[in-house]
Amino acid sequence: MKQNDLILQTVTKVAAFVILLFAVAIFLGGHYSPGGGFVGGLMTSAAIVLLLLAYDIKTVTKILPIDYKLMIGLGLFISSLTVAGGLVFGVPLMTHVYRYIDLPILGHISLHTAVLFDLGVYLVVVGVTMTIIQTIGESE
Amino acid sequence: MIEIVEILSAGFILIGVFLFLVSAFGVIRLPDVYTRNHAASKSSTLGIMFILIGTLLYFYYKHSHFDFRVVLAIFFIFMTSPVAGHLINRSAYHSGVKMWDKSVQDDLKKNR
Repeated sequence: MKQNDLILQTVTKVAAFVILLFAVAIFLGGHYSPGGGFVGGLMTSAAIVLLLLAYDIKTVTKILPIDYKLMIGLGLFISSLTVAGGLVFGVPLMTHVYRYIDLPILGHISLHTAVLFDLGVYLVVVGVTMTIIQTIGESE
Repeated sequence: MIEIVEILSAGFILIGVFLFLVSAFGVIRLPDVYTRNHAASKSSTLGIMFILIGTLLYFYYKHSHFDFRVVLAIFFIFMTSPVAGHLINRSAYHSGVKMWDKSVQDDLKKNR
């Protein structure tokens, strides 16, 4: 008989956005609350895996045309650039700086270069997880 | 005010735990996969929503901390848990799991 995944696909359309939003919230709140780049990256890849479960791999690569191996390289590059920023300013490696600024709507927030390091971790985690899962899923 | 909210959230959490207990008894006592899944997915969804509402109320009034993650979890569980039950039931039906002997109606049989 013909399979019909209408309920799963409709719920996935909503649930993937909820998971992605929560992943971004965990990632940005990592400095002050539990979470950070690793958990946020795993949760983002969980949302993509949910899309992979509901649709097939061709549709997902059409929705998100991302080369995940390139993403690993980009994440490592951003992290090592953040670490090597100490060389330019003549301070020890992995020195991070921060500054408080006042934005009109968001208020008094701090900008920290550790977020950039965490962004690298995030990209590497998403890239590695999705590379593993897609490589296993594509092999016949 | 704080006492009312404490009693209210304790009531919510106790109702939730009671619904979990009902769900566990249903999983043990009911005869086949479909009725068990009915018990497991329905009453434990409502149970965990009651528990989360109680937690949300308690932390909002006691510590004045509104946790958006709990609201998100209520929404998310309400949305996904019945779908999980539906998928388990459907895959059980399509892999040929027998219904209970005393079942009288099987509307999906002509599509099989």
